[in-house]
Formats: sequence, C-alpha cells, structure tokens
Amino acid sequence: MAENRNILSMTGITKTFPGVLALDDVDFSLRKGEVHGLMGENGAGKSTLIKVLTGVEQPDAGIIELDGRSVHVRSPQHSQELGISTVYQEVNLCTNISVAENIVLGHEPHRFGVLAWKKMNALASQALKRLEIDIDVAQPLGNYSLAIQQMVAIARSLEFTSAKILILDEPTSSLDVNETNLLFDVVRKLKSEGLGIIFITHFLDQIYRIADRITVLRNGKLVDTYDTASLPRVELIAKMLGRSMTDLDAVSKSKVEHEQKASGECLLEAKGLGLKGSLEPVELALRVNEVLGLAGLLGSGRTELAGLLFGVDTPDSGSLTLSGKTIQRFSPLESLKNGIALCPEDRKAEGIVGELTIRENIILALQARYGWFKFLSAEKQNEIAQKYIQLLGIVTPSSEQLAKNLSGGNQQKLILARWLATNPQVLILDEPTRGIDVGAKAEIQKLVLDLAAQGKSCVFISSELEEVLRISHRIVVMRDHKKAAEYSGDVNDQTIMQTMAGNL
Amino acid sequence: MKNYPLLNRIRESRLFLPLGALAVILIFDAIYAPGFFNIAIQGDHLYGNLIDVVNNGAPLMLVAIGMTLVIATGGVDLSVGAVIAISAAMGAVLINPALGNQLITNEILTRDATNTPLPIIILADLAAGTLCGLWNGFLVSRARIQPMVATLILMVAGRGIAQLITNGQIMTIYYTPYFWFGNGYIFGLPVSVYIVAIVFILAWILVRKTSIGLFIESVGINSKSSYYSGIDEKNVKLLAYAFCGFCAAIAGLILSSYVHSADGNNNGLNYELDAILAVVMGGTLMTGGRFSLFASVIGAVVIWTFTLTVYTLGVPANALLAAKAVLVMVVILLYSDYFRRFLNRFSEHKGPEHGRAN
Amino acid sequence: MAERTKFFLLRYGPLLTTMTVFVLAYLAGGWLYPAMKNPQVFFNLFINGGYLLLVSIGMTFVILTGGIDLSVGGVIALTTAASAALLKAGVSPFVVMPLMVILGIVFGLTQGCIVHFLKVQPFIATLMGLYFARGMAYIISLESVTIKDSFYKSLALTPIPIPFLDAYVYIPTLVGPIMLIVAIYLTYFTRFGRTIYAIGNNEQSALLMGLPVARTKILVYSFSGLCSALAGIVFSISLLAGYGQFATGTELDAIASVVMGGTSLAGGVGTVIGTLFGVLINQTIVSILQFNGTLSSWWTRIGVGILTLIFIGIQSLFYIRRKHS
Repeated sequence: MAENRNILSMTGITKTFPGVLALDDVDFSLRKGEVHGLMGENGAGKSTLIKVLTGVEQPDAGIIELDGRSVHVRSPQHSQELGISTVYQEVNLCTNISVAENIVLGHEPHRFGVLAWKKMNALASQALKRLEIDIDVAQPLGNYSLAIQQMVAIARSLEFTSAKILILDEPTSSLDVNETNLLFDVVRKLKSEGLGIIFITHFLDQIYRIADRITVLRNGKLVDTYDTASLPRVELIAKMLGRSMTDLDAVSKSKVEHEQKASGECLLEAKGLGLKGSLEPVELALRVNEVLGLAGLLGSGRTELAGLLFGVDTPDSGSLTLSGKTIQRFSPLESLKNGIALCPEDRKAEGIVGELTIRENIILALQARYGWFKFLSAEKQNEIAQKYIQLLGIVTPSSEQLAKNLSGGNQQKLILARWLATNPQVLILDEPTRGIDVGAKAEIQKLVLDLAAQGKSCVFISSELEEVLRISHRIVVMRDHKKAAEYSGDVNDQTIMQTMAGNL
Repeated sequence: MKNYPLLNRIRESRLFLPLGALAVILIFDAIYAPGFFNIAIQGDHLYGNLIDVVNNGAPLMLVAIGMTLVIATGGVDLSVGAVIAISAAMGAVLINPALGNQLITNEILTRDATNTPLPIIILADLAAGTLCGLWNGFLVSRARIQPMVATLILMVAGRGIAQLITNGQIMTIYYTPYFWFGNGYIFGLPVSVYIVAIVFILAWILVRKTSIGLFIESVGINSKSSYYSGIDEKNVKLLAYAFCGFCAAIAGLILSSYVHSADGNNNGLNYELDAILAVVMGGTLMTGGRFSLFASVIGAVVIWTFTLTVYTLGVPANALLAAKAVLVMVVILLYSDYFRRFLNRFSEHKGPEHGRAN
Repeated sequence: MAERTKFFLLRYGPLLTTMTVFVLAYLAGGWLYPAMKNPQVFFNLFINGGYLLLVSIGMTFVILTGGIDLSVGGVIALTTAASAALLKAGVSPFVVMPLMVILGIVFGLTQGCIVHFLKVQPFIATLMGLYFARGMAYIISLESVTIKDSFYKSLALTPIPIPFLDAYVYIPTLVGPIMLIVAIYLTYFTRFGRTIYAIGNNEQSALLMGLPVARTKILVYSFSGLCSALAGIVFSISLLAGYGQFATGTELDAIASVVMGGTSLAGGVGTVIGTLFGVLINQTIVSILQFNGTLSSWWTRIGVGILTLIFIGIQSLFYIRRKHS
C-alpha cells in the first residue's frame, strides 16, 4: 500500500491557449519514491502540464490531488508551499550572486539586522553536501559549470521546503556524461528518501536508466502510462511520434509519381559543415527534384543543421556549395539571394510578423531581396498575395487581415507563401506541420512534393516519422548533434526509429 | 476591396486621438478665448494664433517626423534636443563674421553679413545633424547598445559640443537672410510651413514609396522574424536614426533663425519629451511597429495649440512642463496593454459570443 | 591560484579600473596644477559633489535592478524650490526637512508603481517624472527664491575641521558619506540588497526563486526619490536658494558616475563603492577644468560623455570575458 501510494494525481487536465488545445483531458499520477518520466515531442504538452502543476498556468478543467486532497495551485510560490519543487532546463538562478545566496536567499539567517554571511555559507555548504557536492559557496554562481548550477538549483528547491515532489525539466540537456551521472546519483538518493520525481528529457537512454514509469503525451493528449521495464525503446518512440494512417494516403501516391524524376544532379552540398557546440561536421548532398527528410528527436541537431544551411549562424568548419559555387557569406539575406529559403521552427518568434497584414507578410522576403528602392506597387503586392492565398488555400476573409489573427496552419502556409514568392531553388522546412490539423498537414505535404516535381529541392524536418517516410526520397537521421545515418529508397520506420534511439 | 472594416478602424483610431484632442482644445478656445481664432493680414502675410501654432510648432513637427521612424523601429532618440543645439550652433558660427578674426569689434560682430555662403551653412547644418544621427544609429545597430543609453550619451555630450562650437557663448545672429527660415513668408504663410511640408513629403516618399517603411515596421514588430526574412535590420535602424538627426538639424536651423541666436544650453530644450509625446499621441507604440507620419505631425500641432492656448490664458511657460508630463503619462497609458486589456474585458462582457468565435 | 586571481580580476576589474582612473586623474591634476595637492581640494570634491554622490547612490540602486531614474535632477529642483517657499512662509526648518524627505519618497514610490504595475518603461516613466517635478518647481516659484532661515545659514556656513589635516568640510557634506554607509549596509547585509542584485541579473529567476520582486522594485525607486530629496536639501543649504532650474543635467552626471563606477546599465553588476569613485572622477574633471581656467565648463559634459562611452565599452568587454570563462 505504502509503496504504491499516489502522492500526486492529476485527472482530466485541459488547457487551451488562443487557437491551440495544449492539453486535452490528460491524466497523470506520481507515486512516492518513484522517478516518473514524462515524454513527448515539442508541442506534446509536457511543459504545459508542468506549468499547470506548478501554478504558472491555470487549467481550464481537471482536478489536481496532492496526498488525496484536491488542491488549486494558485502560483509558483503556492506550489512550493505545497511541496512541489521545480528545476528547469535553464537554471532559474542568478549568476551574479554567490552560490550560498542562490541557495539561501529568501530564508537567509540574520544577526543583529545584518546578513550572517558565515552562517549562510555554512547552511549552503550543508545543503550541497546532502547532494554530495563540495564547492566554494562564496563564489558567484556564474563561475561554475551548468551542471553545478543545476545541482545548486536542486539544493535550493529542496532546502527550505518540505519537498514531496521534485520536477526536473530537461535537466541534462546541457550536461556531459559525467555530470549526468552525478545528477543521477543525486536523483537516486532523493528517490530513496521517498521523494516523487518527475523527470522530463528527450534522451531515451537516460529515461531507461532512471525512470520507473513513463507517461507519453502527444499533441496535447495522453497516450498512456507504462512501466519502463515493459516498454521497449522502439515502442516508446513509436508512441511518441504517433502513427496515424488516416487520410494521408493521397500524398503517398503522388510521391510515387514523382519518384522517378529525382535526378542525380547535386544542387546543395555540405562538406564537413559544422559549428562548435551546436553541430558536429555533417556531409549532406541535396539533389534537384528531391525531398530530403531530416529525422531525429528534439535536440538531435536537425534545427541547427537547418540554421547553418540557411546562414542564420556562420559555420566554423567545412563548406557549403550551391550548384558548384561555394557560399562565402552566411546570412539570411545572402541565402535569400542564392535561392535558399527556410521556414523556421518557431513560427511566432522567427516566422510571422504578427502586426503586419497577410499581404505584407507574403511579400516581405521578396521585397527584402529587391531591396529598399525597388518597391512593389500596391497592385503587384495584391496580385502576389492573392496568388499565394489561393495557391496554398490560406483561409482568410481578406489579404488585409493581420497575420496574428490566422490559425496555426494558416500562419504556416503564410510563411511558406512568403518564401515561395521568392521562387527559391532550395526550400528548408523545419517542422512545417507541427500543431496544425490533419487536413492542412496533408495539403502542406502535397505541396512539398509538387514543388520537388517542379524542379525545386526540399529539406523536410519533422518529428513525425510517418510524415518524413511518406514524402521523402531520402532520409537523413540525426542523433546527438551528428548525422547518424542516411537511407535512400525503401526503409521502414523500425529501422529509422532504431537509428534515432541509438545503440540498443 | 478597399473597405475592410478592421483596417479602417485602425486607421481611424490612429488619427482619432490627436484629432480628437485638437478638437477639444479648439472648442475650449472657442468658448474661453475666442480671440485665439483671429487671423489678420499684417503687411504681406497672415497673422494670428493659428499661424503661430504652425510657425512655432514647425521645429517640433520636423523632429516628430524623425522620431516617428526611430520609435517605429522599437528605439528612441533622446538626443534630438542636443542635435538641435548643435545645428543651431553650426549655423551661428559659420555666419559669424568674426570667425578667425582677432580684432573683434562690436561693429564687426553685429554686421548684417556672413562668412560663409548660405547654402553651405545649410549643408553643414544638415551634415552635422545627420552625422549625429548616424552616430546614434551606429551605437544602436552595430555596437548593440540599448537605444535609451546610446542616445543618452549624445544627449549629455551634445550640448557640450554645441557650446564648444560657439565657444560657450550665446551667439546672436545679425545676418538677415538667415532669418527668412523662421520668420519669412511665402504667399502669406510662414516659410517654416513649407519646409515642414517638403520634409514631410520627402519622408512620406521615403517610407511609403520605397520598402523602407514596411521594413521599419517589420523590424519594430518582430526583429528576429524580419532578420529571418532577409531584411537588413541593422541598416534599417541606422537609416531611421540618421533621418531623425537630419530632421533635428532642420529644426535647429529654423529655431535659431526664429530666435536670431544660438544657445547651446537652451536651443531645443525638452524637445525630446515633446517629440515623444507627439509620436505617442499619433498612435505609434513605444515598443515599435505601425506608424503614421501624419498622425505624429498632428500630435505636434496639438502640443503647440495646447501650449499657445495656455499662454493666452496667462499661465507661465515653465509651469506647462508639469501639465505636459501628466499628458504623456495619460496618453501612454491609453495605448498600453493594461488599458487595452481593460477595454477587451469590457467588450467581452458586452459580447461573449464574439469572443468565443475567435 | 591563478584561477582565483582570474576570477578576482573579472569580478573586481571594473571597480579597480575606476579607482585607478580616479587616482591617475587626480595625480595628473596635481602634476599640472600644484594647487591641487592641497588636501582641501580633495575635500572640496566631497563638498561640491555631495549632492551628486547622493543622487548617484540612489541611481546605483535603480540601475542595479536594470531600471533607470531620469527624474533625480527634477526632484532636486522641486525640493529646493519647495523648501525655499516653505521657509519663506515661516515654516520651521525642522518641519521642512522631514517633509521634503517624505516628498521624495512618495515621488519615487509613485514612479516605482508606474514602472512595475503599469509596465511603463523606466526611462519614460522617470522622464515624465523629471518634467513633472521641474514643472511643479516652476509653479511654486518662477524665480529663484533665497533662503534666509538662520538654521539653514548656520548649516551652510559652519566648517568642520578635518583632524590632522589643514582642511574642512561643512555639515551637509557629511550626508553623502553617511548615505554611502547606509547603502553599503543595504546592498551587502540585507535581503533587500541581495534581491536588488538578483532582479538585475534576471527578474524572471528572482520571481521563481520566490523573492519579493514587486516590493523591491518599488522600494528601489522610493530609495532613489529619498536620495534625490536629501540631495535637494543639501543643494538648497549650499546655495541658500531654491529654483526650478537648479541641477539641470544631474541625471546624466549621476548615470555617468554610476557607469564609471563599474555598474552595468543592464543591471545586476556593480557596487556603491564604485559609484563613489565615479562621482570623484566626475568632480576631479570639474576641478581640473576650474584650475585650468581657460578650458570651459562644457568640456565637462563632453568629457563625461566620452568617459561614459568608454566605460560602457570596458564593461561589455568584461562581460564577454566573464561569459566565456
């Protein structure tokens, strides 16, 4: 009884943001003394679930029970008072003040109205000793590695609250192997002390090393909760990525029709292209008429590769050649002029310009290529806007609507329209179908294939393996900031998932 | 196709506030100071409070035009007052007949003559202002210093530079052709009005007949998206600051011409506040984005109508500062998210079905 | 050990730079104008810069949180004008002074609330504060009002000899150094002070750490208001007058002093001790120009502007180094 007691149970949690159903009737439970992995790709709803639990967001519906008692988590402070401690991927501490202050501040000891620095340092050292860490706590936090900062964050979250639940949100994403081991020792220790630990990561092997149970979310819905021991790795990936075969069959057919057309001519070629700390040197060749799928889990380096190809970052090794010419200067504007386009992953922050109209958003990149003084006339702008609104089927009452008022799928089409208007040779699409409905997904996939048929080349990045398999002529699998494998022709999803998962 | 209710509403609202404010002030004048509307013909030109509004307000209108572009990129230029002083000082020094002359006599100093041909004076003024703007733009776009801090530096040092140019003195100008800019008339209307019209048209062509206006708005709304779309955001910002410096320089020319002197400490004093007020009143958000040059100019007119109305009522000039400060706060709050949320909540109460539909 | 030295240098580099610049500037002054070797000249830095030190201390707090307070000069002017008018009306100086302090605190408090609750950018809110305060000062009196109160006069004119040195200061001169000690206490030995640093580093983190962000931010602007009011009182005592045009450009001098003192305009980094040296550099430049006699006062402004820019450059350099280490 005691062992299987739920210290936390969340039932029927639902949360909507404008235009997005972030959590749809999700159940989640946590037992005393267990490490519970929370898995899912970007947009699956993991972070929203955590935000609901920590009081950052309020759920639209659903019940949260702590130790069998229904609670309403009002704010992050309140969640701490309830015994829920959270350590985020980005260390939410202040790097300019000392380690001791970071641990103790808010509960600092005083003597005669003066901060008792010595006692403060002693308290902090003690708190860190519990985690078996011994460092000079008087130094500014910024002097230590991210791993230590992470431990300090854990120490702080445990020290002054009677924490029952510890949430670790992607704690290992910036740690190396030894640092990760150190963290896991700490996690095991805390687990043995009876804490319930929610562990979020996108590293599969880590989940298998540490988690007792795994809950998988996808598109805001609960897939299910599994015992780690009874869930093979490949199965987990399948659950995370989802394999709905619904109404996408039409796309497959059109791919077959185009298959033969993919010529051998190489258009864009990366030789040892890499950037320290972001992507290890990669070999990549993109042919005319081809859709090249980039598969890989979140954080595998796929977005970084896209960024390098488009010139958002300047690579520090290797070279990039376009139709035999080596690209010297890396910037979005240069790429634009060279006929390379990128639909970025983060639609809101990097894609649309919300307060501009649909028309202005569509002509933005084309106008940027034309420069300051060759201004498209109003008629020309309207003509282009109308053309792409119709071509891509953007649903809007008029081209003068503000872009921010469009739905997610239509915003995605809008960004696609912006780049198509520049008539690019190479189109890089980073997660173009995330968070949009099935119908719009199929349209976008069809469009990508059509473009390839018309002589363009596409790099298609997606977390949904099904989709990558469906429309790509070749597939490159990324793992751990490296190119893991390349497959052409027929390859089944099992093989790719195994490559994504790494050595079994 | 041209009648989109939403767009019309936005367009209307951008001019709504300044025009509404103008109407309120003018109605107030009509009731309490009817003499405000008197326009007489004096000699070859028109004369009256309304003419003074456009004549005295011309420098502010110019600065407001430049400031609009800077604020639209999401920045701010606090140095406009100092740039006005620099421009005024340049003009006065180049005119000064005693330049480099050791035997300065009162007679030489007060002579109606100039050392430098007028076109060169104008060019030097404009060059100095544009250079100041480029400096600001460089610090903001290349050195990545926050706009407030970057322009604050020139705000401190600028008045020092102005005094350096005039050797710390208030220089009185005696060269009559120079007075024409601030005091002359063409077809009965002040010359400054024509200058404002020319700069306005120039600016309008610059932003609306080229892609620069679109780029400025795009950068102001979402700098990162704009960069990803291939927009050269650095140079867009540089241009905005340079143009703002250019406008401030013309304002300095008119101001020094109007008061017949250059004073490093007092030329263009508090213009940064007035210009920000005019721009904000014109509906451009301090965070950048959509702008309307015309609305900003109307904003400047409102400020001067307000100022002259207060003068006519006999309130001292300096006390006006406090009133203006309160006015800016109110206007900023009217446009703030806070107030909008309040309005939204209000409208949601009225039509919940509409809110759901979105 | 070398590692430690590096950390030490990265941490205290800006402060050491400031101190060195001050010492060098003063030595250069002494070498150019031997009269500057007189100890009294050194104490004059405090006598003449007393009000600047006060506002700079308040400014340091605000800048450490990542904000800015442009209203300081206006509050000084308002305080002098209001004190002069009240004293002229026969109000006791023992009522006037506390009243002015309260005025300053309330003024700062209001600005803090506008910044925090209404989310108005600090420079806009305090710029409005500046004009509002100056406007109010003019409303009180359009002309300079002299103070004839005997208590103010005695404060202004009673020299306090410095032991062992042939030098003196005045009573109001002591207010700045006392506030400096208070400020050091607040920044190093209270939660309030440490929260200021935390907010300046990362407001979001500070919030997630459960620190009282709202209260601290508002208090910081109130503290700056208090410092400005004290500076205003010192100012009115030393000039024995009140006027809306007093202390123009003080906000810029204060910001420059704070920046020269090694405080980052981005917040979270800096010390009040550094600010003291920033003020001393500022005042040394003024003294050198005074001793020179031919160089005019506007060079101060240009010099301060250039130094500010240089120090911003140095800071970003240190910041980059620290990030890489």
